[in-house]
Amino acid sequence: MFYRLSGVHHTRYETARQIWPVPTDRRVVYILLALALAAPLYLPDLYLSSYVLPWLVWSAAALSLTLLMGIAGQLHFGFAAVMAIGAYSSIHLARAGVPFELALIGAGVITAVIGTLFGAAALRVKGLYLVMATLAMQYLVDWVIINVPAISGGAQATLNTPEVSFLFMPLSGTGLYYGALLWAVIVTVFVLNIKRTSFGRALVAIRDKDYAAAVIGVNPFKYKLLAFFTASFLGGISGAVLAFCYYQAVTPEQFGFNVSIQLVAMVLVGGLGSVIGAYLGAGFVLLAPMFLTNAVAYLAVWGVLPLSSSLLAHIPLMVYGLLIVGFILFEPLGLAKIYDNIRKYFLVWPFRHTQS
Amino acid sequence: MDIAYFIELLINGALTGMMYGLAALGIVLIYKSSGVPNLAQGAMVMLGAYFAWIAAAQWGIPLPFAIALAVVGMFLFGLFTERFLLRRMVGQPIIMIVMLTLGLEILLRGLGPGLFGAAPKSLDIGIGLAPIIIGDVFINRSYLVGAIVGVIMIGLALLFFRTRLGTKLRAVSDDHVASWSVGISVERAIAISWGLAGASAVAAGVMWGSVQGIDWTLSLLLFPAVAVVILGGLDSIYGVLVAGLIVGILGSVIPGYVDPIVGGGTRDVVTSLIILLTIIFRPHGIFGREDIERV
Repeated sequence: MFYRLSGVHHTRYETARQIWPVPTDRRVVYILLALALAAPLYLPDLYLSSYVLPWLVWSAAALSLTLLMGIAGQLHFGFAAVMAIGAYSSIHLARAGVPFELALIGAGVITAVIGTLFGAAALRVKGLYLVMATLAMQYLVDWVIINVPAISGGAQATLNTPEVSFLFMPLSGTGLYYGALLWAVIVTVFVLNIKRTSFGRALVAIRDKDYAAAVIGVNPFKYKLLAFFTASFLGGISGAVLAFCYYQAVTPEQFGFNVSIQLVAMVLVGGLGSVIGAYLGAGFVLLAPMFLTNAVAYLAVWGVLPLSSSLLAHIPLMVYGLLIVGFILFEPLGLAKIYDNIRKYFLVWPFRHTQS
Repeated sequence: MDIAYFIELLINGALTGMMYGLAALGIVLIYKSSGVPNLAQGAMVMLGAYFAWIAAAQWGIPLPFAIALAVVGMFLFGLFTERFLLRRMVGQPIIMIVMLTLGLEILLRGLGPGLFGAAPKSLDIGIGLAPIIIGDVFINRSYLVGAIVGVIMIGLALLFFRTRLGTKLRAVSDDHVASWSVGISVERAIAISWGLAGASAVAAGVMWGSVQGIDWTLSLLLFPAVAVVILGGLDSIYGVLVAGLIVGILGSVIPGYVDPIVGGGTRDVVTSLIILLTIIFRPHGIFGREDIERV
């Protein structure tokens, strides 16, 4: 009815290989893209710059992390440090007079090289120990950034981003939004397609069982490092885009350990390894506490909530924790699974069952 | 660089290390029985401290009974956490379990200060502030008491594993299915280990709370505790003792000499490096059991 299909049935390999086997999905994506492109026309500046823009950049970051954690199966609890390396490298490159386009790529390469060192631990251990190792690296990177004045510009310093232009367009006003949108689209297209390449399939094999992958001729050494390299490259540029388009300044606190946890929460709440999940998860984790804080403040002003101020101040943190716990307990596959269930329901509506 | 300064750093580091061990004990107890890395232990330490503070300062119960009450409360809290959160996670990938405990940590970190007020609470357990002076060396009295409590708790844990119940717990840590088949209730054993972890969190919370005040920063103990656990081996109680000493001493002596040069914060770096180097060179720690993975 809505999808004008009675389930998805492949009769040729070409259709099975398509990104969007269902035409309606493709149309929905086009509509969303058009809406995103036209957003500055119908959304107030406040919403655009303080909600939509960070959502897009965080989605790109969550996509990079989901590539590493969901597709390649390498757990990473220090991804904020990776983004910090990207942000700081890009700012220093841009300040040194490197054109912004090259500064972004340079930041990506620097981050990828350092991020691959993170991955060196992955060659030796996995699972829980990898979590601990990357967590320790997060603290190390934080410390180096804070304590080396050449990087952070001093102990409590804030580095403002210089005025830059991207492809001859000055990066300001709505240009910031389009920069973030462009980066989100690039990462999305990349991650969507990587699952269809031999590289992506090798990563999936490593995720499922690295010994078994080695037996069928996938080199775990090479592909684990490549996974870290690719994800760090994307994560580094996401950090740079975040710094230039959203914060317009960097301080070490923007990329602390809590941000790493937040990124993992985005990936898990959205659904591990899912592209749409990264968007939904980033939106949920980022925006739910914002809206909640506003709602609580609103209710408190009207005196509806007779609660102490310290409790009110901590409600967002509690809800954030509850959100993580709740999703893992009740929907481990995340928002992507919820979306998928709804989509499958409408795929064959008014009938009940579908095969795929 | 006189020798007294070094000895002072050494001794106070060793004492702090034993207090880290106090916080780390809970993680080992839980990992040993169920293989769950409890990253909420820091928040449980915080909660234990809050419980003791409420009983002692708010309700006016004498301190020993207040602590006993807190132990009972945290034991129950541990049981409930296991029953309603972790038991549902059996068979899930490790990332889910790690993230669940981290989510619990965040939740408790909001809940504790939210319910009891964010300002640091002081818990006076009757230890004077005056340091003990031996020769030229100043020893922090509360650290000394904390370290003694730490050694006692670790000793008790070691003794506990020799009792009938402890033997069951050791059997469970060896093999869940085999334990079931000889009639040991694995669920109950894991629940008890969570309860004991909660109880040991009270000890850690009271000792650390008396030193630095009770607020959410107590949950930051998680990081040194994790270092202790990784270095000592995730399932070794002896490991907590030895690694606690190592982490405490290195985390005191190295910052003592390096901090004035680089401007602070070296302790976290030392802790991170301990975790990192342990994982690269000996992932299962000093006393831990090496995992054998089957395809």
